[in-house]
Amino acid sequence: MTDEEINAEIILDHYRNPHNYGRIENPTSEVTEYNPVCGDTVHMEVVERNGIVEKVSFLGRGCSISQGSASMLTDLVTGKPVEDVMKMSSDDYLKILGLDLGPAREKCALLSLNAIHKALKEEGDQ
Amino acid sequence: MIDGNLIKNDFPILSRKFHGKELVYLDSAATSQKPRSVIDSISDYYENHNANVHRGIYRLSEEGTELYEKSRKNVADFVSADAREIVYVRNTTEGLNLLAYSLGKKLSHGDTVLLTEMEHHSNMVPWQFLRDKGVRIEYVKMKEDFTLDMEDYAEKLKMRPKIVSVTQSSNVVGTINPIKEMVPMAHEVNAAFIVDGAQSVPHMPVSFSGLDCDFLVFSGHKMLGPMGIGCVVGKLEELRAMDPFLGGGDMIREVSYDRATWNDVPYKFEAGTQNVAGSIGLSAAVDYLRNLGMNNVREHELLLIRETSRRMGEIEDLEFFGPADPGIRGGVFSFNLGSVPAFKLERDLKSGNLVVSRGVHPHDVAASLDMHGIAVRSGHHCAMPLMGRMDVAATTRASYYVYNTVEDVNKLFIALNDVKREFAR
Ligand SMILES: Cc1ncc(COP(=O)(O)O)c(C=O)c1O
Repeated sequence: MTDEEINAEIILDHYRNPHNYGRIENPTSEVTEYNPVCGDTVHMEVVERNGIVEKVSFLGRGCSISQGSASMLTDLVTGKPVEDVMKMSSDDYLKILGLDLGPAREKCALLSLNAIHKALKEEGDQ
Repeated sequence: MIDGNLIKNDFPILSRKFHGKELVYLDSAATSQKPRSVIDSISDYYENHNANVHRGIYRLSEEGTELYEKSRKNVADFVSADAREIVYVRNTTEGLNLLAYSLGKKLSHGDTVLLTEMEHHSNMVPWQFLRDKGVRIEYVKMKEDFTLDMEDYAEKLKMRPKIVSVTQSSNVVGTINPIKEMVPMAHEVNAAFIVDGAQSVPHMPVSFSGLDCDFLVFSGHKMLGPMGIGCVVGKLEELRAMDPFLGGGDMIREVSYDRATWNDVPYKFEAGTQNVAGSIGLSAAVDYLRNLGMNNVREHELLLIRETSRRMGEIEDLEFFGPADPGIRGGVFSFNLGSVPAFKLERDLKSGNLVVSRGVHPHDVAASLDMHGIAVRSGHHCAMPLMGRMDVAATTRASYYVYNTVEDVNKLFIALNDVKREFAR
């Protein structure tokens, strides 16, 4: 298997058995991101304490890329400093996913990253 | 009878391979492929006859003009209209914008335009522009069986709409609407009737004079012709009474620094240098279709739709969007593998409906079919309101044309079984 195929399997695995799926109690913020073109939706809930992402969960509906990458992201950011998560760029995250995605599906892959950025920003604004 | 296998030979692109598989092109509702004769006619124009039309006195320019007008006559014959009733535009979208602009100019505050719930965005958005001047837009309901609610139509006609604009065949659910029955009902209340023929003219016999509608709009690229050429067919007296849409060269009779007078129809709607090569390609496409016979084209697609309906039961949880009766269905197969409802915050979050959805998202279906060499469309098919009405986020759509075969349908179903397995959860 090529690296790309392995990465595709990993995403598919997250899609089939999503991690951190559901809601959490007393989130410090929550955000819903939606792509009107395909209807992909990711809702993220976050508990942030002392500048650390303590807990994240997501819910949603959409293609394997949008849902699989959301699940992967929740693993990735849990326990991380908010600052680091905010610094993660689209390119950084696409590199981590390691998939050869066309422009349309890159949007699917980035839905959850946009959601968490918005959630953490909202938190910071308060 | 049409033999799709023989016809495939006429379409150079269909010999391409993707991911090692022969291309099975099932997206003709978006755009059709082009036969060799159409491609050649365009090259021939540029190689031998190119000059700006209606302007030059020299022989070459006259040749171009002759070809352009010959195309107009050919297309007019194809849809049983007079050549003067054919206005060339870029596509259906531009045609509908032309009508919304020129007919819309005569509407005033409180007037109604009647559409249906199954219209393409191009038959909604141009009319929505008229809201600024207080024009009301109403929609005929679609019933649960994906046909138009004719009682609702009769009821809404009582509002005495000035314009009724309806698709003859839906690009999403395939429904063929009873236009022949709808036109006289609209005329009874003095409404002008517009037929969006984008999905009908390519696929079945359509007669402009037979339908007795006021306008018929269609795109060349969906009927084996090139992109960038389409038609507004309009009754002469209607076209004459309308103001032009675009201003510029060719559409005028006389221009002073203050004002201008308009050329005759159809030229008053054809401002600027026209897509002459496109019109010649469209004419070649019309020749190709006429040679097959539009009744045969329709019969061929019926065969593929019947085969599709027969195979549908093989796939558990398949949700199908379209009328059950193939007799009122175009060559369109819209479906989902399991249910793919739109995510609605209030409904899904607050009702505690938090389970992982089992349906396979149409994006995954289309991407996975691509790996089998099968090209289908997934998404909202430029009909977002209809998606909402059907409570789906998106669908996958396979659409057929003359070069598709029962074997293509077979390949689709074999691949769909694989897709289901791949994304099961
Ligand atoms: C029913 C219908 N109307 C209008 C259009 C718009 O056609 P075009 O994109 O060629 O302007 C389409 C194309 O998808 C269609 O299917």
